[in-house]
Parts: sequence; structure tokens; C-alpha cells
Amino acid sequence: MFDNFPLWPDRASTAAGNVDALFIFLIIVSGLMTALIFTTVVYFAARYRRRRGVLAEQIEGSTPLELTWSIIPMFVFLAIFAWGAVLYFKSRTPPRDSAEVYVVAKQWMWKLEHAEGQREINELHVPVGRDVKLIMTSQDVIHSFFVPAFRMKQDVLPGRYTVAWFRATKPGTYHLFCTQYCGTQHSGMIGSIIVQEPAQYEAWMSGGATGPLSATGEKIFAELGCATCHRTDTQGRGPNLQGVFGKPVQLEDGRTVTADENYIRECILDPGAKRVKGFQPIMPTFQGLVSEEQVNALVAYVKSLSPPVAAGTKTASAALPQDQDTNNTAGSQVQ
Amino acid sequence: MSIAAPIAPPVERENYLNKEYGVGSWLLTTDHKRISLLYLLSITFFFFIGGFFALLIRLELLTPAGDLVQADTYNKLFTMHGMVMVFFFLIPSIPAVLGNFLVPIMIGAKDLAFPRINLLSWYLYVIGGVMMLHCMLTGGVDTGWTFYVPFSTAFTNTKIVEAGLAIFVAGFSSILTGLNFIVTVHRMRAPGMTWSRLPLFIWAMYATSIIQILGTPVVAITIVLVAVERTLHLGIFDPKLGGDPLLFQHLFWFYSHPAVYIMILPSMGVVSEIIACFSRKRIFGYNFVAISSISIAVFGFLVWAHHMFVAGISVYAALMFSLLSYSVAVPSAVKVFNWTATLYKGSIRYDAPMLYAFGFLGLFTIGGLTGLFLACLGTDVHIHDTYFVIAHFHYIMVGGALMGYLGGMHFWWPKISGRLYPESWARLAALIVFIGFNLTFFPQFILGYVGMPRRYYQYPPEFQVLNVLSTAGATVLGVGYLLPMIYFLWSMRYGKPAPDNPWNAAGLEWQTQSPPTTFNFETEPVVTWEAYNYEELDAPQAGGPH
Amino acid sequence: MTDISTTATAGNVPTDAHEDTHAAHNPALLHHFATEEQQRDAASLGMWIFLATEVMFFGGLFCAYLIYRGWYFGDFAAASTSINAFLGGTNTAVLICSSLTVVLAIWAAQTSRRGLLLAMLALTMLFGCAFLGIKGFEYKDKFDEHHVPGPSFSFEHEPIPGHPGQYANPQHAEIFFALYFIMTGLHALHMIIGLGLFTWLFWAAWKGRFTPEYNTPLEMGGLYWHFVDIVWIYLFPLLYLIDRH
Repeated sequence: MFDNFPLWPDRASTAAGNVDALFIFLIIVSGLMTALIFTTVVYFAARYRRRRGVLAEQIEGSTPLELTWSIIPMFVFLAIFAWGAVLYFKSRTPPRDSAEVYVVAKQWMWKLEHAEGQREINELHVPVGRDVKLIMTSQDVIHSFFVPAFRMKQDVLPGRYTVAWFRATKPGTYHLFCTQYCGTQHSGMIGSIIVQEPAQYEAWMSGGATGPLSATGEKIFAELGCATCHRTDTQGRGPNLQGVFGKPVQLEDGRTVTADENYIRECILDPGAKRVKGFQPIMPTFQGLVSEEQVNALVAYVKSLSPPVAAGTKTASAALPQDQDTNNTAGSQVQ
Repeated sequence: MSIAAPIAPPVERENYLNKEYGVGSWLLTTDHKRISLLYLLSITFFFFIGGFFALLIRLELLTPAGDLVQADTYNKLFTMHGMVMVFFFLIPSIPAVLGNFLVPIMIGAKDLAFPRINLLSWYLYVIGGVMMLHCMLTGGVDTGWTFYVPFSTAFTNTKIVEAGLAIFVAGFSSILTGLNFIVTVHRMRAPGMTWSRLPLFIWAMYATSIIQILGTPVVAITIVLVAVERTLHLGIFDPKLGGDPLLFQHLFWFYSHPAVYIMILPSMGVVSEIIACFSRKRIFGYNFVAISSISIAVFGFLVWAHHMFVAGISVYAALMFSLLSYSVAVPSAVKVFNWTATLYKGSIRYDAPMLYAFGFLGLFTIGGLTGLFLACLGTDVHIHDTYFVIAHFHYIMVGGALMGYLGGMHFWWPKISGRLYPESWARLAALIVFIGFNLTFFPQFILGYVGMPRRYYQYPPEFQVLNVLSTAGATVLGVGYLLPMIYFLWSMRYGKPAPDNPWNAAGLEWQTQSPPTTFNFETEPVVTWEAYNYEELDAPQAGGPH
Repeated sequence: MTDISTTATAGNVPTDAHEDTHAAHNPALLHHFATEEQQRDAASLGMWIFLATEVMFFGGLFCAYLIYRGWYFGDFAAASTSINAFLGGTNTAVLICSSLTVVLAIWAAQTSRRGLLLAMLALTMLFGCAFLGIKGFEYKDKFDEHHVPGPSFSFEHEPIPGHPGQYANPQHAEIFFALYFIMTGLHALHMIIGLGLFTWLFWAAWKGRFTPEYNTPLEMGGLYWHFVDIVWIYLFPLLYLIDRH
């Protein structure tokens, strides 16, 4: 619309159109209801204004009317709820083979790392038409990753991963805002999402790659001696990590959890919390010894040890846990 | 004119105002009417402090850059604006002023059940208020009124504990008020005043009191936990130490959502009284309106996590809370329909209280409808934590609660003060408030949808036009609020003496003197009539309609 | 929902003339009430509502406690083992006895037994002090063992009951102790307030204020005391008896 005076945000993702449709429906419903109330009130106020010698008519009520105007709105509300629920469900279920970007929020900047290894600060390059999944955590307080043009928002919490996803549909540069108050420079914690045509994106990617994140993770895995226990045969003192990501894991205490990002993270930072059945409690904690970015790299590495996600495999979506416990990770914060 | 010629008594009669003079007689009073005036003074004071902060906020937002105040100062401004307005103005407002004054009289009692506890509640409010003032003057708080963790426990150096304690103390004031009202309504009704004869204002106050007593203790303990964690570096909420920041949000919103119903229910009660009087008829669907007040109080406790849809709760929890949130919308809608239906075949006058009631109807409708957008999961993801939310709750709290409060102050002013306010000025003020309000807050719905986040003091330049409109509206709104302050004060000296029942309204309070005597009634009333008996009041043999 | 029509006969007393008829009713009847029964009913309802607010107040803490206990059961069990269940159990018995003495005190007032009333009130306060004393002892123990949350907290290498070879996470144990101190501390604060209340009740009883017709403050004080007792009865098993065999 007007450049200096937008009345509507850009529509740049697959979700945007759907959210807008629901929003417009709500505007129509609200508009109709408002108009109805306004005109009725104004009409009655005028039509029944005080006149000499004319008394008000005492009307007790009308139960049929009460039921009508309770039940009809209830159905309208249910419809709105259902429509919204469907959209919400979609927004919290990243598609199976999304490209992954790890996000670390801190006061007052966004640090992003593509799975392929590119690092960005306060900017995120993505190609048009590709599903992108953000795996996010905070180094300090709660932040919130908000891209109005994508109609996407997800709080970013310290101590755990939260997940969001989008598929961009229109090249351009769009606002990224932090939208959970986080201190002095909260309103300065902004950036851009740069959506590019695939060719442009490839060009950008190939400049200055440090190698995929999983490769970084593999290096850290070796440096920290993880392979000593996590061997690829059955002789290891720790579970074999090949193919473990995304699959159910039986725990010592009888529970079964899904090995998603939050679970892997928790195992690194608080190994005793969800010990795998059949293994001794000897894994040391790496809390304080690894940074958030290093944890991300390790998670990416463990993911890479599983085959590419096949149909039927439980995709890790930290927002939709198989077992509530994986989402209630109170894993320790890492510097 | 619109009011019958006032019958000025030849000699000023003894009433609760002139019975005793002296500071001691006010500061040690147990008369619920005097206590309500003590509250009136204190909350008005805090309203202007909160309003001053709002003015500074809107001034800063005139330009995209952060150029009026520093970032930290701005963060303190919106925090203090929120804390002062919520805890020291809105929550006490109608209950502590109009409720204290009217609840005993409306049910035919001499006072509340516990007059000394009533006075104690005022002192607690004042102590909390002084603590908050001191906190503000010595640095303030910058966490937002919602003081989320871990920011408030481990990442800010501002005076969280002091502010928290101030709110804690004021919270007890709220609890005691609620306790007093519930016992009063249960045990002190005059003979013949059955539950179904109660004015709807009493039903509203009763429902409000339930929320006050059950909800406030939870925020109290939350404040204690935050204060303890902050002081001793514990890990109840801090993920670095094994805690869960979401636990804080659940505990906080468990109170703070019902708290918004504490703020709106009393206003709804006022609107019922005003519409009945100025339509000269009983509220349509009395039973449904009464039950809906109680339903709002009950359902209001079941929806708190609709503030947390993107906070990291499970999808299933989100679904549940969204569904439940729509259940709260139904009784609110029912009330609006019933008020509108009351106008049908009424005999309507446009005195200032009625203008405020009309304003309430319109603004509360818009505010409530925008709640549907927020309860809807699909849209909430986009508009959560943006100016859309700010617009929504200001429509309800300012367009709704505050207009109801002002309407009530005008309606009962003759009773409270024994004077009439100047009607033309009052109508003008109502109009100015309505216009100023819409100009301030409607642009914010748009701002929110285009993506302007909350609590931002600098913003992308394309948001400026809407912000400027909003600030312009705020100045108009400010004028609208100053006017009643001025003419109410003026009327205490120069206003026409008020007759006992200037509106010829139904209700026991209008059968007392204006202003009432200390014990309200000369003889204890015995009620044999239904509420809103306008038929009798307007019957030809009673003198006919005015 | 008491219908007050029974007070209709008293209802037509001119309120301004009331001062002249002072002698006609119990001086304890407050002016704004029509009858003593109304006053007592109001006091009783008021106290029950106040106790409801207290339930919500403690409720937030219990909620936080139950959540963390569910998540960190083993660590909480280890921490719970280290607090003295014998002392806690003794305290439970002490409080239950004190509730008995409260009931006896009220009965004594209702049957005009002044001596017994005073004795029972004193005994109640004695039990209350005993409770606080034992609590102080427990706290000191915790302080000595460095189990008080804060900079000097230490809970290394503590075994989880029933899981040989597994040790409790000190951070999670610290959460247990934080909640332990806050919950029992808040409870103790309420005990202290209760003691203050009963001091006043003792003084009033000494002055002969309580009769079979009028002993509402005793009843209300009793209700409060019973509530504090009940909170402890929930606290004790939750905090002290996790996974004990």
C-alpha cells in the first residue's frame, strides 16, 4: 500500500495468506457485530428518547432470545477456534525435510547459523520456496523471534530449544523484531530476513562457508572425547548414536522419550536426567564447557548420524513432543 | 432542563461529611463512605501519575528514533505506567470508591461487615502506594508490569523487590476489600432484600470480590518467589539453575488474567445501573446478566495461558486454553445484548452518565471483539506482543472500565457529595473522552497488525504516521480526563445542592439523604419490591416521569 | 445465604436513637450489626474466606513444589532423606495436640470454665513455641550441613534412595531446599502470627471477655490455628517422606 504508511504487512510466506484470511474473516465478523450493536443502540436511543407522557415498557426478558444470542455466538466462536487451531497446528509442525537454521538469541542480537555452516548476525538469508526450520535458544533472557511478513512468532527461551518454521514466497527484505521485552536495547534487537531467488541464494551460500554445522559438531565430538564411550559398536560404555535421532528411547526409569533436539541437548548438559536404560550413570556433564553454538553443532552432528528423515520417522519438533518431558527440559544454561 | 428543580434544604442537614471535622475524624474513620472518599483521593493521585507516564511514552513515540528519553528510562516509563495503572488505579477504582460507598447502602445496611478492616485496607493501599512512589523516585523498575523471569530475577539492577513488595501490600488491600464485600452481601442484607432483588451492581461487585480473594494470593506468592530468588540467587525459575521460566508465567497469569475481570466487572455493574435508570426500566434479562457476572468470574480462572500461546507451551495446552477463552466471551456478549435490549421501548435520557454508558457499550464491544482475534490461535501467533494487544486491553480497561467508572462517578456524585455537577460540561467531557480515546487507540490495532512490537521506544519509520495519530488522540484524551477533575472539585463549593433523588432512580441508595447520614438509614428498610421498580417510580400517581 | 428476616423485629430500631439503648445489648455487639447472631455469622464467614485466601497463597507454592518433584523425583528424594523426619514427625504430633487444646479451650469458654480456658490457651501457645523451637533446631541442622540455598550450598555426592550408584543433581536438590525453606518458613511465620493472636486471646480471656454467649474471637482464632495445623499436615509428608521405606 502506501510506502510510508503501511496499513497491512507484506505477505511473504505460505502462512501469511492463511493468517490474513482468518484475520479478515474476524474483521468481517467483528465489523458486522459492531455495526449491529452501534446501529441498534443509536436507533433505540433516538427512537425511544424521553417523551412527555410516554412511559417505558417494563420487559422482564426473553429466555428464547437469551438462548439464541448465546448459542449463535458460541457456534461462531467455535468456528473461529477451529480455523485458528488448524492454522496454529500447522505453524507448530515444521515439515519433514526443512532446512535447519540454529538461532542463538542474546541481549541484544540474533546469532544465526545455517546447517551448512554459514553464520549470520541479525540477518537471515533464505531461498524462496524452501521450508526453513529455526531451532532457537537464548543465552540469557526470554526473547521472541518475530517476522511480521511471515506471520511468524516464537518465544526463544534460555535452557531449551523452541522451534518455528516458515516457507518464504516472495523475495525481498523483511523486518525481524525481538518481541519479548528483554532489557535496555529490546527495541534495537532487530534485523532482516533476506529472501532470495534460489540462484542468488546459492551464490550467497558458496561465499565463505566454513563447512556444514554437523562437521563442526563432529570435530567437537572428537575433541571432547565423546567417541570414547559413544562407539559405533555395542562395546561402548555409552549408547551408539548412529540412527538414534528422532527415534524413541527407553529410559532407565521406565519412560520412553523421543530423541529430539531438546533431548540431545539435555544429555550433553545434564546427563543424569534422562539416562538410557541399560547404561551406567557415568557420563560427565559438559555444562560450562561448551557454548550454545557448540551445543548446536553437536546436535547437528548427532542428527547427521541418522538417515535423512523417512516417512514414519518421528520428526523432532520441540514444540510437539511425543513425551511431555522432552519439552520440560530444565537443562542447564550454557555460557 | 433535565433535572427537577433541586429542593435546597433551608439548613444543611447532618450528613457523613459534616458530622465531624478534623483530620483525625477522617484518618480514623470506620464509615465506609468516608473511606471511599479517602480511596477516591488516593487513586486519583495515582491515576495522574500513571497518566503522566503515558504522556511521556506517547511523546517519545512521536518520532521513530529514541530521542526524548533514554532506552532505560523509557523501559521504566512503560513499566511504571502499567504497574501504577493496574495495581494502584484500576483494580481498586470502582470497588474501593463506588463499591465501598454503595454496597452497604444498596443492600440496606449501616456499614460493611468489617468497617475497621475496611480502614485497614485503605492504609495498606497507602503503604503500598508510598512504597511504590519511593521505588519510582529512587530509580524505578524496568521489567514491564509483567516482570517476566529470568530478566527480573537475574538480569536487571532495578528495584524489583521493592516494587514487588509494594504490589504485595496493595494486593492485601484488594483481598480485604473483596472479603468485606462478600461477607456483607451474604450477611448484611436488609429484611426482604433477597438475592434476586439485589441491584446488578451488587452482583457485579460480588463476582469481582470472588476473583479478588481467590486470585490475588497467587500473585502474592509469585512476587515472594521472585523476590526470594532474586535476593538469594535461587533457581526456582532460572534455567541456569534447573528452574523453569514458564512456571513463573503460569503463576503470574493465573492471577493476572482474572485480574482483568476485577477491572471490568464493576464497570459492567455500573453500566447496568445507569442504563436502567436512564431508560426508566428494569434491565432486560436480569437473571442472565447476574449469572453472567458470576460466570465471567469463574471462567476467568480457566483461561490464563492464552497469554502464552507462543511461549513454549504444548500445542494441546494451547488448544485447550483457546477453546476455554471463547467460553468467557459468551457471557460478556450476553451482557452487551441485554443492555442493548433494555433500550428497546425505554424512555431514554442523554444525561452525562448515560453518555458514558453509551460510550462503554461501543468501546467495550470493540475491545471484546478484538479479544476474539487474540483468543484465536491462528491470528494470535502474529499479533501477540504487538500493539494490537495494547489496543485491545486499553479498549477494555480505558474504553470500558474507566468509562464505567466516570459514568458511575457522575451518576452517584449527587449522592456522594450532595452537589450537582454541571451537566453541559459533563456531556462535553464525555464526548471528548470518547473521541480522544478512539483516536489514541484505534490506530494501534493497525500498528499491531503491521508488526510493531510492544515496549519499543524506537521503531521503523513507516510506523510513524500511526504513532503520531495515536499521540494526538492521547492529548485530547488527557483534556477529557482533566475536565471532570476540575468541575467535580468546583461543584463541591459552587454546585447546586442535590436533591435526595435527582434522577428519580430506583435503588435503596436513592432513598437516603444526599449526602447520606453516617448510618445511612433512619430506620432499617424492609424491602418488598423488586429491583429497578421504575414502573412504580414513574407511575402517574407518583408524580409521573420527570 | 442467611435470610435476615428473623431480624425484622429488631429492624425498626431507629439507628440514631441507638446510642440511648446501649445498655440493652452486649457491649461486644458492634453498631452496624442488628443482632449478635448476625455479627457471629459475619465473623465466621469472614474467617472462612480469609482461610480460602490462605489456601490460594500456599497453593502457589504447593503447585511449584509438585511440578518440580515430578520432574526431579530422584533428586528430591535424596534431598528429602537428609531432613530429619523424626523431628518433623514430632512437630506434627505437637501441632495436632495443640489443635486439641484449642478445641478444649473453646469448650471451656462455652461451659464457663475460666481456669481450663486459660490453661488450654497457655498450653496451645506452649505447643506452638515447641513447634517453632524444634523447627529452629532443624534449620540449624540444615545450616550446618550447608543445605541452605545460596552461596554456601553444597549437596555433592548424595545418593538417590533406591538407585545405588546414582547421585543427586545438586542444582535440583537446591530447588528442593529452596522450596523447603520457603514453605516451612511461610508456615512458621503463620505460626508466629498465630502465637501473637493467642497472646491477645489469653489476655482477653484473663479479662473475662469470653462467655458462653460470646466467644467468637476464640472460635475464629481456633479456626486460624486449625488451618495452620492442616497446612503442616500436608507439608510434612510432601517434604519429609519422599520415597522413605
